[in-house]
Amino acid sequence: MSQEKHYPPHDRPHSDVEAIKRRSNYLRGSLTDTLEDRITGSIPEDDNRLMKFHGSYMQDDRDLRNERNKQKLEPAYQFMLRVRAAGGVVTPEQWLMMDRVAQKYANGTIRLTTRQSFQLHGVLKWNMKNTIREVNESMLSTLAACGDVNRNVMCNPNPYQSDVHGEVYEWSRKISDHLDPRTRAYHEIWLDGEKVIDSRELEGEQEPIYGPVYLPRKFKIAIAVPPSNDVDVFSQDLGFIAIVEDGKLKGFNVSVGGGMGMSHGDPKTYPQVAQVIGFCTPEQVIEVAEKTVMIQRDYGDRAVRKHARFKYTIDDRGIDWFIGELTERLGWQLQDARPFHFDSNGDRYGWVKGSNGKWHYNLFIQNGRVKDEDGYLLMTGLREIAKIHGGDFRLTANQNLIIANVSTQKKKKIETLISEYGLTDGAHYSALKRNSMACVSLPTCGLAMAESERYLPSLLDKIEPMLEEAGLRDDDIVIRMTGCPNGCARPMLAEIAFIGKAPGKYNMYLGGGFAGQRLNKLYKENIGEAEILDSLKPIISRYAKERHEGEHFGDFTIRAGYVKEVRCGQEFHA
Amino acid sequence: MELQVTNSPFNQEQAELLNRLLPGLTDVQRMWLSGYLTATQGAALAVQPGTAAAPAATAAAPAPAAPVSKEVTVLFGSQTGNSQGLAKKVSSKLEEQGFQVTLSSMGDFKTNNLKKVQNLLIVVSTHGEGEPPDNAIPFYEFLHSKRAPKLEGLKYSVLALGDLSYEFYCQTGKDFDKRLGELGAEQLTPRVDCDVDFDEPAAEWMNQVLDSLSAGSAAVSVSVGETSAITGPSVASEYSRTNPFRAEVLENLNLNGRGSARETRHIELSLEGSGLQYEPGDSLGVYPENHPQLVEELIAAMGWQADEAVTINKNGEKTSLYEALRTHFEITVLSKPLLEQAGKLVPGSKLKDFVEASSQQELRAYIQNRDLLDLVQDYDLKGVPAEEFVQVLRKMPARLYSIASSPQAYPDEVHLTVRTVRYEANGRNRYGVCSTHLAERVAAGDSLPVYIQANPNFKLPENPDTPIIMVGPGTGVAPFRAFLGEREETGAEGKTWLFYGDQHFATDFLYQVEWQRWLKDGVLTRMDVAFSRDSAEKVYVQHRMLERSAELYQWLQEGAAVYVCGDESQMAHDVHATLQTILMQEGGMSPEEAAEYLTRLQQDKRYQRDVY
Repeated sequence: MSQEKHYPPHDRPHSDVEAIKRRSNYLRGSLTDTLEDRITGSIPEDDNRLMKFHGSYMQDDRDLRNERNKQKLEPAYQFMLRVRAAGGVVTPEQWLMMDRVAQKYANGTIRLTTRQSFQLHGVLKWNMKNTIREVNESMLSTLAACGDVNRNVMCNPNPYQSDVHGEVYEWSRKISDHLDPRTRAYHEIWLDGEKVIDSRELEGEQEPIYGPVYLPRKFKIAIAVPPSNDVDVFSQDLGFIAIVEDGKLKGFNVSVGGGMGMSHGDPKTYPQVAQVIGFCTPEQVIEVAEKTVMIQRDYGDRAVRKHARFKYTIDDRGIDWFIGELTERLGWQLQDARPFHFDSNGDRYGWVKGSNGKWHYNLFIQNGRVKDEDGYLLMTGLREIAKIHGGDFRLTANQNLIIANVSTQKKKKIETLISEYGLTDGAHYSALKRNSMACVSLPTCGLAMAESERYLPSLLDKIEPMLEEAGLRDDDIVIRMTGCPNGCARPMLAEIAFIGKAPGKYNMYLGGGFAGQRLNKLYKENIGEAEILDSLKPIISRYAKERHEGEHFGDFTIRAGYVKEVRCGQEFHA
Repeated sequence: MELQVTNSPFNQEQAELLNRLLPGLTDVQRMWLSGYLTATQGAALAVQPGTAAAPAATAAAPAPAAPVSKEVTVLFGSQTGNSQGLAKKVSSKLEEQGFQVTLSSMGDFKTNNLKKVQNLLIVVSTHGEGEPPDNAIPFYEFLHSKRAPKLEGLKYSVLALGDLSYEFYCQTGKDFDKRLGELGAEQLTPRVDCDVDFDEPAAEWMNQVLDSLSAGSAAVSVSVGETSAITGPSVASEYSRTNPFRAEVLENLNLNGRGSARETRHIELSLEGSGLQYEPGDSLGVYPENHPQLVEELIAAMGWQADEAVTINKNGEKTSLYEALRTHFEITVLSKPLLEQAGKLVPGSKLKDFVEASSQQELRAYIQNRDLLDLVQDYDLKGVPAEEFVQVLRKMPARLYSIASSPQAYPDEVHLTVRTVRYEANGRNRYGVCSTHLAERVAAGDSLPVYIQANPNFKLPENPDTPIIMVGPGTGVAPFRAFLGEREETGAEGKTWLFYGDQHFATDFLYQVEWQRWLKDGVLTRMDVAFSRDSAEKVYVQHRMLERSAELYQWLQEGAAVYVCGDESQMAHDVHATLQTILMQEGGMSPEEAAEYLTRLQQDKRYQRDVY
């Protein structure tokens, strides 16, 4: 309890989750027992809170909830398992492992996430141990893929500058490793590691960075390599923007305090874009990351989880306070930020040759869902490619996949497979579809208020004719949808966004920056499909006629007066 | 009163002969005949001169067990006949149970006999401003006069009929009740007052009276004490196997989740107004209907007409062939006698040759998984007139299902857990007659002909503190839902342990949320489950029992009773062997000692099975 004095605010009691973490004995809780309980496919709520730190949370098939309730069956409990790889880089062997466990233990599909991770859905409690074990055997991990810790560190998989990319990737991996939880609980529970009788004896040593109650809330880090802002660096708690001069990595600009999540009807919650506060050298980057995380550990709000993200810690106290605190802990000052420029936050599709002479193919994967469908054997095609591929796979921040580092000799073979299975870079799709993202939402996500992944494709089908008519088929417009305002698909940064409010009803947002540099703004509230289409149509046709040279859609909607510009999160609801 | 098919064990022809003969007999002839029948059959057939209903009643009752010492007098005061009808009904019920009943109108009753009466039942209506019916007035006045005797030792109960819209509702009944009490008589059961819709409360009163009298007779008649105490409540309704109650379906849903290979219907039926009562462990008989498609195909195969009339019983009642084949006759099961009789219908048929030439084994092999449609097609029986054919068919038998509800938890309801049987054999899709009828053609709002089949050999321990171990995979779990519901409602505190299993956890965990709730509330102490298709190796309930052998043995040592319900051919056998193994393993017994231990458990009613 003596630690509590470090965790302000002091005047309010900590949330229940804090108590669960505190008494969990470094994330153990009663998971070992509750995983064995054969009477239910669920685990108790306390353990589910801890489960997140292990990379998973319990969900249920919401399509079946009422039906099963009538049948006197418990909900169709299942687990989402998130598998992370820093920077989203995996070997073909790791891809094949994911493919195998998805078929064997999950619902037969793989979801590529907006944080360059894999998600498996529909894993039953009885299969969790085997799944996690197989994931670990192939040198990937689920630890800290969710929970109040640092999440997967994202990194630009940009194949143009692969020399720099290689270096940046190494730094992202090092940051990730450095911030991994140190608890042995993960090994004990999933990998049958030896039990530490009372790990509290080792307190202090166990989690040198996090301490026994970890962070007040999740923490997200990404590294962007301009001119691509595909990782949406401004949506991150902590961002690093690679500064490349003369083809060499000089260091990183540091940005802090971004974040997407908010709650409907609670204006005290808002999305925020990160602010750039300075520059550090590559060698300093781990120290900056560690101290930043520890400041959030000590000052983040542990009373109200909605108010616990790092962005509120900074906004409540001011950016100068944070810079001062960071400087004090580092013992040195950041340099002045260096100039940089972002073009876009999208992916560059198709074949490109990297500076290392290797080829990279960026596939379009709608909403990141890898599965076989009638007439489109995406999952099988990728499996066949993985079997012969000598390079690696890179998961992009836009839920797509790069078949990377293909030698010229192998390129032919892979091209053959690509065409055999009809895999696509999306060239024949509208630019809107190529720039679209949706979160998983129904039926598995417990937070979902409306459809997202299952609905966006059909909405796009109805918007595309408007674009064709306006001659905008090949103009990049970023469109994103989520089933709730927690922001998994980073909708608050899109030029057009839909955030679910209720079944079939969405809030519509316009005006986000094309390169992910500006938040969008609410345009219409709680509208259904008909009104969505009616609202978009005149804007699209005006944009086609009235846009300036090179003017992006989001910028246009502000200039044309549809929405006001949002310069920072505090203006989002204004 | 004449003998009829409905009130006697005789068929139409016999009843007619007896009705012609009996009224003309002199007293001497009657006595001689009575003695003759007794002597020749070695059974007590006590034909009571002057009480026409008696022969049927005594003949129907198991003579040696009847507590003949018990006499009951039933008096009615009736204006429109309702009280009289109810008095007759309760009398015949009592007679069925072996009571000696004197049934009389109050007007006919000799008041000087009142002192001798031990048990008195009064059924009386009220009229006008609280006045007795006409034929009750003399008795009413006598009882309220100074001449009325002291009635200590008399046990009585009153069923009062009335109309709630009147001020003096059931007043006459209330008066009788009060006056009998003042005279020192003791209430057998509380008075029941009935509004114009009297069927249900009257039936309830009869049940109470019967229970109470049966319990009383049990006390004086030790030899039948146990069985009557156990079966008592189950037989107190006018409805029975031969007179099934049409129970309304309240709910009919599939308990198996999407993707299951199984279909298990949970069916809730209303017993409201039936007077049917049951205890956990009892079964429900359900009369099904044959599949309309099979009926149609059979009619087509035989070249019959669906609407031609056929005789459906020995009384000569007729109905359409379609209706007869759908509800009255069994057409899905073949038997050797059926084959023999059917063979005789067609002179020189192949069927006759087949039956005569085949061994028992060959016949069995043919009969297996074949029905009447197969038979008539395989042996070309087309051409036999429908009227002739149906005479060799068996009457549709009822199917028995272990009841899945506790009457304490669901008063006036009965729940069933029925697995739908569908399979393919001999080139055709086959259906369980009753289970598919329930699954496909019965919806809430429909009704089903049902009756209660008591099962005195599958009953919770009388001591609520006795631990129970229940083994019920699949639909075998049904009675344990009743057991736990009962233990919850009665607050029984004995430990409970349920072993359950099926194919898949996700879809086949019948009543999952109810067990979970009972586990949480402590009604169910522990539960072990085995889902055979969820793991590489098939795991069944007996494996779980063995895993817990030490604890299970401990429970047995503490006096636990073991219940097994479900499949007989495999499961029950495996569970029995496992119990034996556990006794040897944990109790150090030899195989013989373990077998003896289980036999002793059975004798002590601590090991009961309901297997099928």
